Amino acid sequence: MTMPFIKPPRKNPVLRTPQINLPPAARGRVALGLTAAAAEGRFALQVCADCGAVQYPPREACHRCLSPELPWQPQSGAGELLATTTLAHSNDLYFRERLPWRLGMVRLDAGPSVMVHLHGEVGEAPQRVRVGARLDRAGQAVLIGYPEKGTENMADDPMLREMASDPKYRKVLVTDGKSATGQAVAHAMVKAGADLVWVGHAEPWKKLPGLAELAALPQVALVPLDVTDERSVSTLAGQIGGKVDIVVNTAELHRGFGIAARRGTDVAKAEMEVNYLGLLRLAQCFGPALKGRAADGATHATAWVNLLSIYALANFPPHGTFSASKAAALSLAQCLRAEMRAAGIRVVNVFPGPIDDEWNQNLPPPKLAPAALASAIVKALKEGVEDIYPGDVAQEWLERWRHNPKVLEREIAAGGY
Amino acid sequence: MTAYIRRRGYEGVALAVPVTVPYERYSIRGAHWFLGQAVRGLLAGSGLAKEQIDGLTVSSFSLAPDTAVGVTQHLGLSPRWLDHIPTGGASGVMALRRAARAVQCGDAEVVACVAADTNHVDSFRQTLGAFSDFARDASYPYGAGGPNSMFAFITASYMRTYGAQREDFGRIAVAQRANALCNPNALFKKPLTLDEYMTARPISDPIHLFDCVMPCAGAEAFLVMAPERARDLGLPHVLLRGAIERHNAYADDPVMLRGGWRMDCADLYAQAGFAPQDIDLLQTYDDYPVIAMMQIEDLGFCDKGEGPAFVRGHDLTHAGDFPHNTSGGQLSCGQAGAAGGFLGMTETLRQLTGQAGERGVAGSRTGLVGGFGMVTYDRCLCTGAVILETSE
Amino acid sequence: MQTPLELLGGMALAIATGRIRIVDLTQTLSPDFPAIALPPEMGQCQPFRIEQISAYDERGPGWYWNNFSCGEHTGTHFDAPIHWISGRDLPNNAVDSIPPQHFIAPACVIDCSAQAAADPDYLMGVADIERFEAAHGRIPEGHWVLMRTDWARRWSQARDAVAFQNFDASGQHTPGPDTEAVRFLVERRGVLGFGTESIGTDAGQGYHLRPPYPCHSLMHGAGKYGLQCLTNLDQLPPTGALVVAAPLKIENGSGSPLRVLALVEGKA
Repeated sequence: MTMPFIKPPRKNPVLRTPQINLPPAARGRVALGLTAAAAEGRFALQVCADCGAVQYPPREACHRCLSPELPWQPQSGAGELLATTTLAHSNDLYFRERLPWRLGMVRLDAGPSVMVHLHGEVGEAPQRVRVGARLDRAGQAVLIGYPEKGTENMADDPMLREMASDPKYRKVLVTDGKSATGQAVAHAMVKAGADLVWVGHAEPWKKLPGLAELAALPQVALVPLDVTDERSVSTLAGQIGGKVDIVVNTAELHRGFGIAARRGTDVAKAEMEVNYLGLLRLAQCFGPALKGRAADGATHATAWVNLLSIYALANFPPHGTFSASKAAALSLAQCLRAEMRAAGIRVVNVFPGPIDDEWNQNLPPPKLAPAALASAIVKALKEGVEDIYPGDVAQEWLERWRHNPKVLEREIAAGGY
Repeated sequence: MTAYIRRRGYEGVALAVPVTVPYERYSIRGAHWFLGQAVRGLLAGSGLAKEQIDGLTVSSFSLAPDTAVGVTQHLGLSPRWLDHIPTGGASGVMALRRAARAVQCGDAEVVACVAADTNHVDSFRQTLGAFSDFARDASYPYGAGGPNSMFAFITASYMRTYGAQREDFGRIAVAQRANALCNPNALFKKPLTLDEYMTARPISDPIHLFDCVMPCAGAEAFLVMAPERARDLGLPHVLLRGAIERHNAYADDPVMLRGGWRMDCADLYAQAGFAPQDIDLLQTYDDYPVIAMMQIEDLGFCDKGEGPAFVRGHDLTHAGDFPHNTSGGQLSCGQAGAAGGFLGMTETLRQLTGQAGERGVAGSRTGLVGGFGMVTYDRCLCTGAVILETSE
Repeated sequence: MQTPLELLGGMALAIATGRIRIVDLTQTLSPDFPAIALPPEMGQCQPFRIEQISAYDERGPGWYWNNFSCGEHTGTHFDAPIHWISGRDLPNNAVDSIPPQHFIAPACVIDCSAQAAADPDYLMGVADIERFEAAHGRIPEGHWVLMRTDWARRWSQARDAVAFQNFDASGQHTPGPDTEAVRFLVERRGVLGFGTESIGTDAGQGYHLRPPYPCHSLMHGAGKYGLQCLTNLDQLPPTGALVVAAPLKIENGSGSPLRVLALVEGKA
């Protein structure tokens, strides 16, 4: 039984804010395959294409037949817990600050023996467990030993909380609450138990539906925020930046033009100004405080979410300049992820397909409902996942893009989307 | 199966001049300093000139970016046979095996086998960070900051499988401490009671404080040559009777409950023409008491799983009926890095040539030295053992 | 009779001593200042944006300066005839070709502040002009006609962008002239141009008048000019103020933000 996470007391402002130490971050190149899978919420291991042997730790040649064909395959993680130990001492700063810490040795049914972080609901050896993979605070994959069947509050296990960014009792900034997506995200954060959701809005004279209803919620505070205006961003950051635990950047300008359909660059510029430079301004203004509070108590600053688009991977010509602005934002988000790494702040990139809003009105279904998108974002935060592709279109595009991006480019150009 | 070449025995190989550079908890000196003092000790103890050492093995964790090659120039040696043996706790056994073949073939006449490590305040952390690929990828991320949790799993599994109690491991540690009190080089000077062992603070249960070695700086070394040469030089010496080594043994075992010694144990005794009851002293590689207990089993002194009973039923001190780690072992002397893999070798050499002082086991003629080393993420990969016999 | 240079010298002295007072009719350009918002399908006039290049710091240790961007019609700004389709073919219709003497001209200020306070959609009509002329004389040719509504205070005093834009679900609601008033000023009085305190020279609901946006359509179609987002019109006399309104010399420009100054009587 995991004790439910309770709201921590207010911070004592006289005490120095603890800074972040990261768990060991070094991994070999092949081992990063585990991280790549865990970044998307999967536990995968190399399985020899020639003899079927499952490899762990990750390696360059099959330990049984020396074959170099070692594709990564998803694993069920079912296994037998052989031994447990509780660390009472560690030379590693991260773990030293978080003792006692429970570890286990599991023999996977698939073959290898693995060391795992052990969930508190797992008892003593011997017993059946299920192993999964998560990203730790250093952004690298680690294996977790879960009970075969968990209880209601199992996500509140302190070790598991370290590997995720649960919005519960945290303070969230949703940068644009004008759009349907922004409002859905704000509602979802409230529902997920956020203490306070700041909802940014620009051009207050343009009244869009839903904002007043959102502002009426006790956890919601409307704040002026125009991501195209450096002073607006820095002013808000000066006021609330020191309290924000999760930034969800929903600010987006979306028009439906390629190159020929609209003369002039002003629309493309406006899309870039919001979708790309807006991210840059937000990151410059809100980033430092987020990093400084990465170990600030049980509800420390923890994540930055970017609403990108599956079109960031492959341009969708009918929305060609929008796609390009999202591609620019993706590249910058990767830069942000690298810069946030030392602080253990998780950067989550969201790649939805077309959202069911006014700018995709002419696209046939399937389209992603804003509420479903918001739900996927909350889930990613709770599970510590780094890249999500919500919805059927995004999933399909991703598969096609990974299979052969050139083929996808041709299919899209021929209208096959 | 037909053997295309019949494996030679180890006849015609002698070990002489055990050298220990005194251990220090921390030192600002580099590994080269301890290596240099060890070689100097070998020359002083043998009466040989530096130029007469024509073979060299070097084992160290704190030598980088140098290897054995850099050491030759550093110390002004020009050997015609050289080996770098970076295998930690197994390096003593492996150095001896290689040096023995060089001497037998005439590739070298006098081989200096040296292990040395310094220990700075941050050495342990630096060493661990680059220990092995698999340790980096599959063990350090889990936070022990070292091999403690891995050996905790091994100890816990062993206890659960064979019914060992913490007290059984405590007996090993307590006996070794008693031995150490007679070893001027041991860093631990206070006796250890079983109660103190049991109540010491946990590190990673069931590993507690006195299950762990203390890293330090120091060096151990010995010379390998033909017995005739040792006699001509007037050096007390022992003879090599058998030697085994194995790497990545029992790879399919889910957790280590037995070591590679088990695979080659019969061969070791066959080489020597001995049985386990013929061994007068046993030096196991004692990074953790559970491993010492496994060596007692896997080197034939009792059946698998009988370790706890064996330890309860014997006196492991130098004066007892089963002298074990008579120097005090690493658990009570300190672990001077790779020199820990040589500790059993120099101790056996001293014991069998009557140079072990107060802790000498009277009438001992044979000794078995175990080697174990190179932890990855769930076990150590190298195992080995040698049998030595007095030359008289 | 003074020479022109003596006239100018006298004026300079009067300004220096305060006998002629300068009233600033310009709203401050800042990122918060409400920008004109067209329907999303249209191209948009960019709001004012400003970013530091350096501020005595590592980007430039000894100096402070900024880059700014905006549209030609951001903030207090000038409309040239080329801005509207009805004026596209007239000669000297861009900011760089308008004769410079038009940039200094007297102004008549028609007070509709009470009416606008009661009705944000107030349309100034011919009757308002007639009432003005009855009190202050006929509006001379070549004068600016400025419609005072005190609408500027919604920003200059209250800093309320929402009230300044005054949008609801049917669009924007700000005061302006009706079609007949515009036609009267153009055809019967030959004015220089029309100025307002709100975001357009036309009323917020001007799209629904006939023709749509009559002030833009008829004024620019006759080669007349526009001034918008003026402030401090309540400090001007009904007649006699001399307005300096010189837009930036943008090549073929349709307008620009500018400093609008009024010279009026100061202390004795």
